[in-house]
Amino acid sequence: MISNESDGKIIKKENRRDFLKYLLTTGLAGFALATIYPVISFLKPPKQREVKVSSVSAGLAKDFNTGDYKIIRFGKVPVIVIKDEEKDFRAFSATCTHLDCTVQYKKDEKIIWCACHNGKYDLHGRNISGPPPRPLDKFMVVLKDEEILVTKSS
Amino acid sequence: MDSRLQLSDLVKFMSKKYVPVHSHSVWYYFGGVSLFLFILQVVTGILLLFYYKGSSDQAYESVQFIMSKVEFGWLIRSIHAWSANLFILSVFIHMFSVFFEKAYRKPRELTWITGFFLFVLSLAFGFSGYLLPWNELAFFATKVGTDITGAVPFIGEPLKVFLRGGDDVTGATLSRFFGFHVALFPGIFVFLLILHLLFVQRQGMSEPIEASIKKEKLKTMPFFPNFFLRDLLLWLLVLNIIAILAVFFPAELGMKADPLAPAPAGIKPEWYFLFMFQTLKYFPAHILFIEGEVAGVLLFAVAGVLWLLVPFWDTKSSRGQLNRKINYLGVFAVLFIIILTIIGWIT
Repeated sequence: MISNESDGKIIKKENRRDFLKYLLTTGLAGFALATIYPVISFLKPPKQREVKVSSVSAGLAKDFNTGDYKIIRFGKVPVIVIKDEEKDFRAFSATCTHLDCTVQYKKDEKIIWCACHNGKYDLHGRNISGPPPRPLDKFMVVLKDEEILVTKSS
Repeated sequence: MDSRLQLSDLVKFMSKKYVPVHSHSVWYYFGGVSLFLFILQVVTGILLLFYYKGSSDQAYESVQFIMSKVEFGWLIRSIHAWSANLFILSVFIHMFSVFFEKAYRKPRELTWITGFFLFVLSLAFGFSGYLLPWNELAFFATKVGTDITGAVPFIGEPLKVFLRGGDDVTGATLSRFFGFHVALFPGIFVFLLILHLLFVQRQGMSEPIEASIKKEKLKTMPFFPNFFLRDLLLWLLVLNIIAILAVFFPAELGMKADPLAPAPAGIKPEWYFLFMFQTLKYFPAHILFIEGEVAGVLLFAVAGVLWLLVPFWDTKSSRGQLNRKINYLGVFAVLFIIILTIIGWIT
């Protein structure tokens, strides 16, 4: 009878201890979450509203000699505008598809070249040599009264 | 003074510490040299903070101001830049000497692990500090470096955005790197350094494995004052070398970063990243179904984890037996790093 009573007490005591343990663990976990979550959210840079750009001027055609190139900003993206040997204008994303460097036009080799890892693209933006895994994104070029207008390729 | 602080107890404690004397004892000095160079980094770094401005429209100009207008500004910045390079070199030597001596073996596993993370943090210090002058080279080095983190499977893209403070390298990246370089990294570094030094204090200097196999009783030298004075002499020598380098080869600034300028020809990262940069150049665009850069990053990540865990898989050394395979692996790693660094440097 006595032992049963003490057994009951022990079980009761253990239940109470388990409950307190549970309460403490959940409380601590909640506290940790409430501390960490705002910190992680704070570190995540907020999305900035992007201005939608449909076309950007690259200047006047007469300012370009054959083989000249210019890098312009198309929204957030740098775009390279090239006047090739056939006197046509071409435009591509200026960001190398390998590791994000900005490319340049090599007049003597007639290639678009990335100095960071020697990546090469032809005048159609196709990756022809070196580590770039993909071609450069194409942009359209329209001449409007001597002005070079770069627009997103559809 | 002694009755208040009991300094004699400290001297007694230090003089009871012994450093083994043997043919490889010279390697014991590189931990101390690394510590000295880190202290020098902290001191010159604090001085630079008096004038440096961490924003994209002022950073370059503020460094220019330090170099041209502030008295001895050129000297302080050049010492900071040179001691940063020598610090990383010293950490490399320290790490490889510990590796070849198998000083990571039981019971010093945790000293190796804290040391490994201190090494990674040293590289992170170099990488984050490199961007701070906001010049052309630094801008593209950061673009490439952070883009590589994007290649890590699953967490790569969020990690890249976290590091850059957005999708691209901008003024937001500079602010973050400034915070990492002067607050976050030093905080973690000092914490790990205290642990690292505490472990060394508790366990004493590791003795060469050959001596324990032969049950040879090595000669010793008291840490204080004998070894300590030798340490100080070497630190003085290192300081002189840095002063000479800073005076004759002051740190350069280059051109201001321009997000619309192409990457300049001959662009290279700092020498300690050159072997990785050169290796990535040899990777083709695709290997089977994965992109070359992803394969490269994974390869270096696996190598890094194996390096970190060497005390656990080199059980032979932990049992106190000679393990020549470790030496071959170390020689391979050293040759790989040196050869690819040279190729990267001259091409």
